[in-house]
Amino acid sequence: MNSLVSLYSSSIGKKIVMALTGLFLCLFLVEHLAGNLLLFANDNGHLYEEYSRILVSNPIIRAIEIVLFLSLAAHAVSGLVLWVQNRRARPQKYREFRLDENTELAARITMLGGSIVFLFLVIHLSSFFFPLRVTGTQMTAYELVREKFSNPWFSVFYVFALVILGYHLKHGFQSAFQTFGLVHKRYRRLLDVVAFFFWFVIPAGFASIPVYFYFFVRVSTSPLV
Amino acid sequence: MNLTLRVWRQRNRETEGRFETYEMKDVSPDMSFLEMLDVLNINLIKKGEEPVAFDHDCREGICGSCGMMINGRAHGPGHRAATCELRMRRFEDGEVITVEPWRAASFPIIKDLVVDRSAFDRIMEAGGYVSAKTGGVPDGNAILIPKPIAEEAMDAASCIGCGACVAACPNSSAMLFVAAKVSQLALLPQGQPERKSRALRMVEQMDKEGFGNCSNNYACEAECPKQISVSHIARLNREFLKAKIL
Repeated sequence: MNSLVSLYSSSIGKKIVMALTGLFLCLFLVEHLAGNLLLFANDNGHLYEEYSRILVSNPIIRAIEIVLFLSLAAHAVSGLVLWVQNRRARPQKYREFRLDENTELAARITMLGGSIVFLFLVIHLSSFFFPLRVTGTQMTAYELVREKFSNPWFSVFYVFALVILGYHLKHGFQSAFQTFGLVHKRYRRLLDVVAFFFWFVIPAGFASIPVYFYFFVRVSTSPLV
Repeated sequence: MNLTLRVWRQRNRETEGRFETYEMKDVSPDMSFLEMLDVLNINLIKKGEEPVAFDHDCREGICGSCGMMINGRAHGPGHRAATCELRMRRFEDGEVITVEPWRAASFPIIKDLVVDRSAFDRIMEAGGYVSAKTGGVPDGNAILIPKPIAEEAMDAASCIGCGACVAACPNSSAMLFVAAKVSQLALLPQGQPERKSRALRMVEQMDKEGFGNCSNNYACEAECPKQISVSHIARLNREFLKAKIL
């Protein structure tokens, strides 16, 4: 226990936590997207409801859910602690600092992007997770998705947040492997391909959901129909 | 060429600093940046003003003494060069050049462009050495080291400790410096006995000195005059984790 505390108190230890929790959250994204693609089944959400029911009734999934929330909290808190320490390490700023000539945009906006993604998650959870799982609603999950994404501002915000998530993962995913020390010239290409899947394919997949629902699925009760 | 310099002037650690503007006339494009500052200082002394203090020694890019932020870049524009290797032909005639010291809480300003880099010395004292047996000269081929390993260790060992990695890092992290020092010895047989304690102690000292945390921006690698690769940071992470967990 003591060694774990001392590991976390070190700079590298906190980064290890960032990397571990970040990769775990990435894995969750794969599962989440795979499940959400059932929304495209064009069966008025029957398949999706069935999938949600199986997930909720499985105790192992429920346990993983708790780990997931803890990971998110650990990722956010550690990120914040690192950010505060990093600001303190340079109390007096440069008058001119051309970081843009030496680094990628994705690397420079990790904290900003992370904050936007966090805000997005709060909105996302309060829009879907809480009504469906905590407070209760008469709507099915599919109906709720259809209703929420009929709002253009809501859909645009989702797409924007997912672009930001993409940038966050563009830096974060490969960064995790650097933190573990798992980088080698021989596997560079392979890592780039896997990283592309996480920072581009996954966020694009998620973004396709609001786009699809806004443009191609109409709420039946809407006066527009 | 004619230039306008905006130079950070600060009397000592305690006083507040500010930028002073100096006009430079007829600067030769073949001068090094430090020679241009020498000319500025001669002019200042002639006028009875205090010359600009800056660190320098070998003036050929191998000692690591010089270093300043020039137009927002550690060691100025371009890559693979210390400030002393920077030539004035890099700049345009009439350009305004901003010259600042390295800025980091762990590198307090002593005067003008001179910063106190003894934090690096304390990190080295914490573990950047090998305990060698004294006695007769050992046979040159007694310890065989494969060529690629020797090359990689040498790449890490080329670190001159100038502090550009800290200066260029948005977080003022000293990871590239510490990584180079841990890496050069972790790769060689002579470094094995203290391998674990070295990684642990040097990282501990680095944190204690108040450097920021690495966020894998890689600005350090870009600005390092010796082009030390961030793959050494990956090795440091590995060394630290192994020492801590195994």
